[in-house]
Amino acid sequence: MALPEIAESFTGQVTRITLGATKADGGTRTSTVTVGGARNAVYAGSVDEKSEKPVIALDVLDSKPSDWPDVLAEPYKDVLDSPGDWAKKCVEELGAELICINFDGIHPDKGDKDAAHAAKVTEQVLKAVGVPLVLWGCGNDEKDNEVMPKVSGAAKGEKCLIGTVTEDNYKSLTAIALADGHFLITDAPLDINIAKQINILAADMGFPLERIVTFQATGALGYGIEYAYSIQERQRLAALGGDKMMAMPVICNVGYEAWRAKEAKLVDTPGWGPAKERGPMWETATAICLLQSGADIIRMRHPKAVATVKNFINEIWS
Amino acid sequence: MIIIAERINGMFTDVKKAIAEKNKQVIQDLAKKQTEAGATYLDVNVGTAAADQEGTMQWLVETIQETCSTPLCLDSQKPSVIAAGLKVINADNGVILNSTPLNKKSDEEIFDKHIEMANQAGPKASIIALTMDKNGVPQDTDTRVAIAAEIVSKAMEKGFESQRIFIDPIVLPVKVPNAQVQPGNILTAMDQIKYLSDPAPHMTVGLSNISQGASERSLINRVFLAMAIPHGLDSAIADVFDQDLMNVVATSEMLMNRQIYSDSFLKVYASANR
Repeated sequence: MALPEIAESFTGQVTRITLGATKADGGTRTSTVTVGGARNAVYAGSVDEKSEKPVIALDVLDSKPSDWPDVLAEPYKDVLDSPGDWAKKCVEELGAELICINFDGIHPDKGDKDAAHAAKVTEQVLKAVGVPLVLWGCGNDEKDNEVMPKVSGAAKGEKCLIGTVTEDNYKSLTAIALADGHFLITDAPLDINIAKQINILAADMGFPLERIVTFQATGALGYGIEYAYSIQERQRLAALGGDKMMAMPVICNVGYEAWRAKEAKLVDTPGWGPAKERGPMWETATAICLLQSGADIIRMRHPKAVATVKNFINEIWS
Repeated sequence: MIIIAERINGMFTDVKKAIAEKNKQVIQDLAKKQTEAGATYLDVNVGTAAADQEGTMQWLVETIQETCSTPLCLDSQKPSVIAAGLKVINADNGVILNSTPLNKKSDEEIFDKHIEMANQAGPKASIIALTMDKNGVPQDTDTRVAIAAEIVSKAMEKGFESQRIFIDPIVLPVKVPNAQVQPGNILTAMDQIKYLSDPAPHMTVGLSNISQGASERSLINRVFLAMAIPHGLDSAIADVFDQDLMNVVATSEMLMNRQIYSDSFLKVYASANR
């Protein structure tokens, strides 16, 4: 008996975005990154319905991290207090196509550094590397509102991806990102209804939907990954069904979440296997799982995990 | 929900006058405003006043498409009028041929003609088929379903996909004597029609018909719409300027889990077509 044709097709499509402005585009980037564009679920449909290849954004912190486990800090030990060199290492040695500056050090509890510091770091990284940037605040509303507009200005016209904005705190950063020509990350706490609402709120301010990337919050393997997975899957299906308010590419914060897991970072744990393998494996498993839910950009940290996930992406999307 | 906006119809005084005076502005305004109000398709009906129905249909289609790319639903009981519209239409975004019965005494082949016209109009052309045959409009559930089944199987024989068919189970004015049993019959028929094929054919109704001549027209229309949606209704020819009605559409879509809830769900639905 012939097998019935069960391939589903859809009318909608995930938005396709290109980050980074080259000289021709009024910026100083030497490369750009294009993601999104899927017209079917991951693995499903014909080749031309696939998304662009998902991209890994390597994390660079604005200040030397104090809480990174040794296994994670070791590969970066010479550059941890120099964001420019750190970014350079990520691009030149690890092949990063995208760098995410995470402004952790501006958080009142983690250094409370000021806007001038953040703007300087942005300039340093822009100078050190030619890839597009993701600019990610510290998550404290007050401090982000004070600092991130300066960060945005320091990278004006470079078509960065900047965020995040939440339902309760979106106005200032949305306005600045719009004015400076950046792309915007809308952030929802594992809640698809709020995710949609924040996109609507940004759109109401005149921010183009085609310049938004959604962050649904990420859970690591063993720490709520199933919630992140199912929400991202539902977002993808809504996008394919034609819901324009849900048709944005998705970013995940895998590095940070995976390395918070005790399974990734604890060292003296007999029977759990060597820590230097376990941590990268935890990050790898989290990333690969979320890629299958339709993630387009993945923030990552450990070089080993990055290499493995890159191989996976190349296999699947070639 | 596929909403076919009903206002470009020669039965309305303003449209009738615009047709008589060849006033493009009136027609183009209606096309624009109905699109903004959430129309998926614009119904185009020349009405009865125009002497040259074919020519009028062409003028309406050309007039609308000069300024508006919303797909059209060519509405006439005469295949020649629909054919005239199809000659000048741009059907890239789709078109609906509205409508054909399964057959009629004066024209046994009318259904086949519509399928053929739709095929010629392109892969995005659909038809509305009435659950009606040469014996007229059935009053009971079973005959409605039987005619719908014949429509679907006839289309399948011709390789016409079920998703290009809109079954219209024919809504009658509830105020007509003895017609109050009809809305219930139609809902029961819909429950069965949706299983006639996989994927199911679309189902549409001329919604405003149900309240013809009655008081509380808008209320009757929107309550019936809300009742019919869970029975499989996924389209209606309706008054998109009735904001309460459009809010019912948006809310139903959300309650049926076809749209992800957001606090702005009403506004989002209204703006989705713009």
